[in-house]
Amino acid sequence: MSVDQSDITKVALLARLKIDEADVPQYVENLSNILGLVEQMGEVDTDNVVPMAHPLDAAQRLRADEVTETDQRDAFQGLAPQVESGLYLVPKVIE
Amino acid sequence: MHTKTITQLSAALRSGEVSSVELTSLFLDRIKRHNPALNCFITVTEAEALKAAAAADRRLKAGDVAPLTGVPIAHKDIFCTQGVKTTCASKMLDNFIAPYESTCTAKFAEAGAVMLGKTNMDEFAMGSSNETSYYGAVKNPWDLARVPGGSSGGSVSAVAARLAPAATGTDTGGSIRQPAALCGLTGLKPTYGRVSRFGMIAFASSLDQAGPITYSAEDAALLMNVMAGFDEHDSTSVEREVPDYTAGLDNGIEGLRIGLPKEYFDEGLDDSVARVIDAAVKQYEALGAVVREISLPNTGLAVPTYYVVAPAECSSNLSRFDGVRFGYRCDDPQDLFDLYTRSRGEGFGAEVKRRIMIGAYVLSAGYYDAYYLQAQKIRRLISDDFRAAFESVDVIMGPTSPSTAFRLGEKSDDPVTMYLSDIYTIAVNMAGLPAASIPAGFVDGLPVGLQLIGNYFEESHLLNVAHKYQQATDWHLQMPKEF
Repeated sequence: MSVDQSDITKVALLARLKIDEADVPQYVENLSNILGLVEQMGEVDTDNVVPMAHPLDAAQRLRADEVTETDQRDAFQGLAPQVESGLYLVPKVIE
Repeated sequence: MHTKTITQLSAALRSGEVSSVELTSLFLDRIKRHNPALNCFITVTEAEALKAAAAADRRLKAGDVAPLTGVPIAHKDIFCTQGVKTTCASKMLDNFIAPYESTCTAKFAEAGAVMLGKTNMDEFAMGSSNETSYYGAVKNPWDLARVPGGSSGGSVSAVAARLAPAATGTDTGGSIRQPAALCGLTGLKPTYGRVSRFGMIAFASSLDQAGPITYSAEDAALLMNVMAGFDEHDSTSVEREVPDYTAGLDNGIEGLRIGLPKEYFDEGLDDSVARVIDAAVKQYEALGAVVREISLPNTGLAVPTYYVVAPAECSSNLSRFDGVRFGYRCDDPQDLFDLYTRSRGEGFGAEVKRRIMIGAYVLSAGYYDAYYLQAQKIRRLISDDFRAAFESVDVIMGPTSPSTAFRLGEKSDDPVTMYLSDIYTIAVNMAGLPAASIPAGFVDGLPVGLQLIGNYFEESHLLNVAHKYQQATDWHLQMPKEF
């Protein structure tokens, strides 16, 4: 399986990654090679195999619906690039 | 003093032969002297370390001691450490001061261990050579022109050069075992779920597991006694009693059934490495073990399957880095889309972007069944291979890595060649099994690692099997001359 430049552009958009135009050919080559490696999987007959999502086949543990976390908003917002009045700021979304 | 094992240091601290402040100062001095050549630390926490050492000395005086009280240790910079820069070796987190502490590092702090600093690694643990770090490549103390392995490259380089007596690492596809092998150390990847992942920055959540990097199996057991255990903050943590990992170290191994998977000794393995592994297996036979050939028929599928599962999970995990709440934000974003794409495009390095894109591709509409679902099915087949093997053997052995440490730059232009260097370690993560790498000899002055794979939750047994070998050999006590 090989990918072309339009695949790279599409997948970069899906992943929200800005890729320099000049780097696209390199990504085409690298991703095509990696998908070539992955292609070997297609030769295996897995019709009756149950997919394995978790190494121990464990079930999700549940806990009581109780508030256990304390409010640390100031500490967390101290790490943010831009905040104001307790809100995270981003460029204007709605005019 | 800097060449002693944790077991020896612990005894010296208790007897008062040395104080924790003296010991910590010694290692801090060694870091200052040698880190410029090795680049194994991203952050050295000198002031905090001396403060923790003084507190440990007070505990030692009061007789309130655990085995690691006062012992210096280095942590991979993937563990969140409250109030200390935590980067995951990425520009994305270059400004990130963790607001909370990982369970793993918290347990070490409670035991009285002294954190010397945070070690370099491949960016977000994605790499096998420690060349993808935003802070530059780490060097192998055995040959500064060679890689230490990855992704826990800083941890192994620091311990091998005796800049720290032990370190933590994490292993998603071999990131503890392969660098331990390439730097001549003992490294253990525990069973998935044995050590809490809380506060450990996620790469591939169904594969990631933290473990110890030490000189000896005995030291690894001491670290496991601190690290292992249930944690309600990690939903995949296993509720299961934690044994004393040191208790069975000296058990006899007469009659131990060792399986050698024929697929681990194929044409991909360097002849010189194969000879070292053969000699190590003969040593086990001399100790009373019984060796037989086994087959893990789906071994060849492990790398291809991993490069679907791991990137898929990574693309999902790394979506949280968006330039809004923490981490890197691009200058002067024009709109929200520009903010996301440029913050991520500029904040992540090339290998991380490659893996995010592979993950986004295999999970995208129309491809899910062919890639991700097929990979999960093959993961089952790989896991079943091990289940079948463990019906007739107690431990599986083979090489950790197909070659000794390669040269810096040798594989960094070709991702697929780099990925294939993890061919013997990846299947273990797919199955969730515990495995160790222990020093087994040298080829042209470079260390070779023997891999030991055990059944689920049999870390104690693996450490026992490793310890018996280390009682009969001294490969694990060799150290690079320049340090």
